[in-house]
Amino acid sequence: MLEKILLNHYEAAAVILSGIGLTNLLLQRNLIKKIIGLNIMDTAVYLFLAAKGYVEGRAAPILIENGSGGWLNSSSLYVNPVPAGLVLTGIVVSVSVTAFALALTLKLYENYGTLNIDEALLKMTEEQEELETTIEEAEEDVLSS
Amino acid sequence: MNEELKLIWKNFFNWVMGNGPRPENEVVPPEPPPDLPFTQKPKDKYSRFHEATLKERYDQWLEIHGLHIFSILYAGLSILTCVVIVALLLATVSELPPFGDENNPANNVVIMRYVENGGDETGAQNIVAGLILDYRAFDTFGESAVLFTAAVSVLMLLGASRRNKKSKQKFLLRPHSLDEPILRGVASLSIPAILMLGCVVVINGHLSPGGGFSGGAILSTALILAANAYGFGRVHEFFNERTFIISSSTALMIYAVSKGYSFFTGANNLHSIIPKGTIGNILSAGLILPLNICVGLIVAGTLYAFYALFSEGDF
Amino acid sequence: MINSFAYNIPFISIFLLMTAAIITPVLPKKNRLPEKLSCYVIGTVAILSAYLLYSLTSSGQNLAFNFPMGHFPAPWGNELRAGPLEAVLALVFCVSMLLSLTGNFASTAEDIAPNRRQIFCVLVNLLTASLLALTYTNDLFTAYVFIEINTIAACAIVAVKEGAETTRAALRYLIMSLVGSGLVMIAICLLYDLTGHLLMQHMHEAIKVIVATKKYLMPLTVSLALITVGLAIKSALYPFASWLPDAHGSSTNASSAILSGLVLKGHIFTIIKIFYRVFGLDVIHLLRMDTAIFILGIAAMIMGSVHALRQTNVKKMIAWSSVAQVGYIFLGVGLNTTAGIAAACLHIIVHACIKPMLFTAAGGLSNAAGHKKGLHSLMGTFYVNRWAGLGLTAGAFSMMGIPAFAGFASKLSLTLASFDHPFIIFSLAALATSSVLNALYYVPAVIVVLTHTRLPDGQDKDAHKNFTAPAPTNLYKISMFIFLALNFYLGLFCVPLLRLITRGVNVF
Repeated sequence: MLEKILLNHYEAAAVILSGIGLTNLLLQRNLIKKIIGLNIMDTAVYLFLAAKGYVEGRAAPILIENGSGGWLNSSSLYVNPVPAGLVLTGIVVSVSVTAFALALTLKLYENYGTLNIDEALLKMTEEQEELETTIEEAEEDVLSS
Repeated sequence: MNEELKLIWKNFFNWVMGNGPRPENEVVPPEPPPDLPFTQKPKDKYSRFHEATLKERYDQWLEIHGLHIFSILYAGLSILTCVVIVALLLATVSELPPFGDENNPANNVVIMRYVENGGDETGAQNIVAGLILDYRAFDTFGESAVLFTAAVSVLMLLGASRRNKKSKQKFLLRPHSLDEPILRGVASLSIPAILMLGCVVVINGHLSPGGGFSGGAILSTALILAANAYGFGRVHEFFNERTFIISSSTALMIYAVSKGYSFFTGANNLHSIIPKGTIGNILSAGLILPLNICVGLIVAGTLYAFYALFSEGDF
Repeated sequence: MINSFAYNIPFISIFLLMTAAIITPVLPKKNRLPEKLSCYVIGTVAILSAYLLYSLTSSGQNLAFNFPMGHFPAPWGNELRAGPLEAVLALVFCVSMLLSLTGNFASTAEDIAPNRRQIFCVLVNLLTASLLALTYTNDLFTAYVFIEINTIAACAIVAVKEGAETTRAALRYLIMSLVGSGLVMIAICLLYDLTGHLLMQHMHEAIKVIVATKKYLMPLTVSLALITVGLAIKSALYPFASWLPDAHGSSTNASSAILSGLVLKGHIFTIIKIFYRVFGLDVIHLLRMDTAIFILGIAAMIMGSVHALRQTNVKKMIAWSSVAQVGYIFLGVGLNTTAGIAAACLHIIVHACIKPMLFTAAGGLSNAAGHKKGLHSLMGTFYVNRWAGLGLTAGAFSMMGIPAFAGFASKLSLTLASFDHPFIIFSLAALATSSVLNALYYVPAVIVVLTHTRLPDGQDKDAHKNFTAPAPTNLYKISMFIFLALNFYLGLFCVPLLRLITRGVNVF
């Protein structure tokens, strides 16, 4: 099995990288670090796809002139172009998602003064309890009067 | 000698840990008294009872230690999950088709047509550009829409509503009123070059590596540099929230309509009036050149908008 | 053959919604123009989908067609596919979306500032477009791209209502969703590597070869597991559903209705597509994924209800009930038969009609109680807003599975579908338990809402409520009436619909 992994060492590296990203995403309490973990995971996918597109001894998929005004278009000359397209989509999606997540994080920081989502939860429950007690007191006042 | 070495190591270790060098004769602040055991800890809720029942003790203990134990459990579980996933994926990788082999399942008829007929069918020298903007253009349209969605959402979160607060709390990354001759000098030299490079990458998208997405990203760096060197105010004179929305919407609309035309004619077997041109010319590859320009506009605007919104909360 | 106009409807629907989304940001904000445009466009698309459904089914044959997106045929270009099932789902999604918008037209204006309302409309249009694209697409990578649009737009319509709680809920939802998308992306890359295709039918052919030759069977299993888990996180299957109650319970009523009723369904339908169209039911059975889904479905049915029992906030209670209802759908998918999938699709439709009604009703009731969401504060609100009270009652009866209400139809069809299955005992027991649990939390809610709060001395304890609450608008009444009519229609005339869905699944 180890030999096979070494044969696919790019993919293996990508998989380990995605594991690192996932661990970051799950373990870190700080949202910025979580988002960095997410980006590591995305990068791993690009590495994986780039490795999948590669074919031994072939050129990048941009047509080469054959010297007499025509184009060399034999499919045995170029690497697989599909993963390149998929990576491009992946990058754009990752940029968009990261920006949106960071914007939400900024809003969270403005609201709670913390980057830790659990701390935010604790603060929120405390605030809610205070709010509920004040509401109950007010209702009791109304009923008694 | 040995003692000295030890001291140096200790100081070095402290320095690495961020505690700074601590001389040996320094007065160590007294340790705070250790916490009382939880049963004796004075708490309003339980101080009324002389002896807490088992349930109450449990609740009290949970209140003090629960979060800690939960976080340890959570960390252990998530490490376990990740290790299991990585192991599983490594096992999968070992079974995958070998790296770089031309007989892999992915190198099939689909790729053959993209490469062999791509030039004639799309008119693009760059096969990837032909692939993403002609063969699989619907995906790429969706992709631009993802970027548009994110831009609109970030604008909603950080845009107008924060503008009022901004006057009170200064979120400025750095003061822009400072006159920085070096930055300005470098910027005045490099901004035209960056803009030129971006335009070249966008316009040659169907001939060489690049295209709307990468060219747009380059263009946005020129805007960001300008904003840093001359202040956001100067950039806002020609590129603000309104122009951003209008330019993005227009570019995406042109994209949608032109690609909609090509989808419609393709699906209904109608003849499309768009010429393919000669491979290798700038004016070739049908819709790919205008689409790249549209995408470049969207990407440049969006990335600059992200930068401006995050650093100023206004633009 | 169908006529050339109907043939173009899947494309025209997505195109219309996309262009509407693109031009909305430059529209003037006066007179709530953006929202009206969204409503009109979604209504138009609903009519178009109805016409597509009519022309697909009127000839009596089982029709389905592929629509190439561009000049290139299937393995090279993107493709849409439409059959009766896709058409009926598109119709239901559009109608439900439209009613969620119109029913909460007034409360949206209260909760969201005009600037944000305009962007809310952009997001709603994009969300509808991505739902339709997920319904119609025949290409796995297109599905991924639209899943991402769906994710961002869904999180953004949670955060559209300003406030600390919605921000936190949206962030949590986003992070869970992104883990899901990451897993889906890895799985799609693996599948592409193994099959060399991205279009569903061609992938299916390649997977058949893999299963026959047993080469690459292990990576195939892993990719199926990853894609299922990824989409299960997004569709809130039980152990991955912790994000749902916050996100659905804290957002504005229209967002809650759309998220609970529709967004989850887009992902579930993608899972159904992957099971049925990419892998094929026999391969799913071979790889044991059906049993896993079945067990998780049952767990969701029970645990969702148990969690709902503990809620005091009415919107969170309804949100947890969604987790249970998602469990019903996955139970049907886990049966792994045509009948099971048809029943699951029927439940998708039923839930897409009822959950928005429940959220709209709950919004109306809490509005009548002076914007309080606690269950106890809703006492007697039926007498303030009768339409909302009727909606909550009908929705609750439907969720419990009372005959003549919509939920009964889908529960009955799930029961019938599980008769040939070896695990029939488990599925019947789960259906019974879950119905009882549903009753345990919906009946008290209905009783609270219907309880008159007049004190013995004739004084109305909650008199102050009646003065502060605005009367429901006509739009609210009309939307609620259509919701109620849909509820009864689905409950009483579900047999032709189920037959239609079965035909759709057969040509899926």
